[in-house]
Amino acid sequence: MALPKYTEPHYRIWHYVYLTVCAAVFFFLIAPLFVIFPLSFNAEEFLVFSDGMKSLDPDAFSLRWYKDMIYGTKNPWGLATKNSFIIATFATIGSVILGTVAALGLSSRHMPYKGLIMAVLISPMIVPLIISGVAIFFFMAKAGLAATHLGIILAHIILGTPFVVITVTATLSGFDHSVTRAAASLGSNPVNTFMKITLPLILPGVISGGLFAFVTSFDEVVVVLFLAGLENTTIPIQMWTGLREQLSPTILAVATCLIILSTLILVTAELLRRRSERLRGINR
Amino acid sequence: MSSETKQILTTDGIPLEVSLKKAERRNKIKALMLVAPLLLFIIITYVFPIGDMLMRSVDDKMVTEMLPKTFKAMEKWDGKELPEEEVFAAFHSDFIKLVEEKREGKLSTQLNYTKNGFKSIIKKLRRKSKSFEEGNYKEQIMAVHKRWANVEYWQAIKRRAPAYTGQKYLKGIDMFKNENGEIVNVPEDRRIHRVLWLRTLEIAFFVTLFCFLMAYPIAHLLATLPMKYSNLLMICVLLPFWTSLLVRTASWMILLQQQGLVNDFFVGIGLVADDNRPEMMFNKTGSYVAMTQILLPFMVLPLYSVMKTISPSLMRAGKSLGGTPFIAFWKVYFPLTIPGIGAGCLLVFILAIGYYITPALVGGASGTLISNQIAFHMKSTLDWSFASAMGLMLLTGVLAIYWVYNKLVGIDNIKLG
Repeated sequence: MALPKYTEPHYRIWHYVYLTVCAAVFFFLIAPLFVIFPLSFNAEEFLVFSDGMKSLDPDAFSLRWYKDMIYGTKNPWGLATKNSFIIATFATIGSVILGTVAALGLSSRHMPYKGLIMAVLISPMIVPLIISGVAIFFFMAKAGLAATHLGIILAHIILGTPFVVITVTATLSGFDHSVTRAAASLGSNPVNTFMKITLPLILPGVISGGLFAFVTSFDEVVVVLFLAGLENTTIPIQMWTGLREQLSPTILAVATCLIILSTLILVTAELLRRRSERLRGINR
Repeated sequence: MSSETKQILTTDGIPLEVSLKKAERRNKIKALMLVAPLLLFIIITYVFPIGDMLMRSVDDKMVTEMLPKTFKAMEKWDGKELPEEEVFAAFHSDFIKLVEEKREGKLSTQLNYTKNGFKSIIKKLRRKSKSFEEGNYKEQIMAVHKRWANVEYWQAIKRRAPAYTGQKYLKGIDMFKNENGEIVNVPEDRRIHRVLWLRTLEIAFFVTLFCFLMAYPIAHLLATLPMKYSNLLMICVLLPFWTSLLVRTASWMILLQQQGLVNDFFVGIGLVADDNRPEMMFNKTGSYVAMTQILLPFMVLPLYSVMKTISPSLMRAGKSLGGTPFIAFWKVYFPLTIPGIGAGCLLVFILAIGYYITPALVGGASGTLISNQIAFHMKSTLDWSFASAMGLMLLTGVLAIYWVYNKLVGIDNIKLG
């Protein structure tokens, strides 16, 4: 962003003001995440930077909160982690299957009432979570699925499918339908055509939709708060309880792990997006 | 015209038009079959339950079913003075039945929603009713507590007679139906919901505004920088976007606490005295700061995707035609970004208006929103019909905004990441 030599001084100043503002906003966005790292290695119990930490004294740092997270006797993190992964995995599988199949139908040009159906399918993403939570709770309570894994998985499928539907229909919008017709003319049946031709081409969209569904489920707390019993506690529920009662450094250790996880997901999603753009020929 | 031309037949002798229609219909059914599983799933588990919320919010059958004889006897009562012995006798017989079924507690909770003061007098009535003698129930009940001799309490009971009611919606905007059936405001000191609705709108509006003011410059920078730099900076937007909401809220709780880094910084630059650190959390400030940072990516991404499509030569053309950079920006660039602004603002506003977790953790009492009130009634007071009513009022607002969004941007133009 070098300025041309002929730029007048007051525009030059304006330009630097603009860059400073941008830097400040980026700092505001990203800096809060980095407070968590050092404090999770705090040797003391308080959530402030001790004098020892400020002078980088090695004794002021320790792994005790990570040990507490893994081995702590009273800590429910083990159960919560297990539940979170089970629920998120099944919710993702369900969302991806239902969402992809629906997206295939939606992007067919023969689809009637497309706008209306799309609105219904996307509604769980637009309706505030608290309302979804209340509605889903009423349904699960009636169906006898409150405080069960199945109930939470179904709830997360509801919340996750809109993301899959959106990403897969977006991928299919650039899809060349003549390749499936070519496959059909060469004698392939529809299932075979889907598995061998369509799926590999739309796979980036399917996976990134799946990632959204996974993160939605893994990070979801409002609906689970209504649905979960003691046995179904998840990581977000434990964090929520912890943050409400008292902020312990163990929570920061968990938070650090979650940030690492989200970094991994971000990298995967980015790579997929680029691959998808390359495949669909929108390379810039 | 068409009747004059000869019909074209396919090889099996069916007119082409018919054959084509048949094929079209088959394709239509095929497409519908693909959508059907998800559509049915969403309708059964999600759309119907929202309809169920509507039923619950107006449903008032509970008291109607608890006091069937009383309400029957009350039909003849004009509701102006204390009812006749007949009503008291009917109430007594309903009440004895409820006590046998151990449901009188529920009745007192329900009646207490209508008028405060029922809890204690129903408890007292239960104790005293054991030693009631046959006949003349009016005097015996009135002797239990002076409130039973107060006509207002009987009017309150009568108000619960209809099986359906809109009173939960009225309560949601701090109004109620009084003894004469007029809709009036609740007393000034007991109005809590209107304040909450206004605060929710206010916080959602300002969070949207702050997000817009912060997102516009960085989205512009991201869209104009060369790819290799902008990809790096994009991480600053996407990493918070993918990070758990609770993690981000936790980091704000650490930063904003009284001994936290933000306060340390203010003390360091001499803005505030060390012994007079301001409270930045558990109030509105906390909600504003944390929600703005959390929702910022939702504003940056739509803005970025619109700005990316604006050719830089347009600005150059504007400048070459004699505009200063500011005029060129204002007259050329800014109008082109309006679709992105609309999308981002509505997205952030819709998300902010329904926010629950962050305000509950950093908002304190003065920074909580309508969602927190809904959760409170779902989990603590268990007044589910009131929670449903408020939820639906919020939903109506959101759908209205959503409708505008659809008109401006189109629902299938939502872009993620």
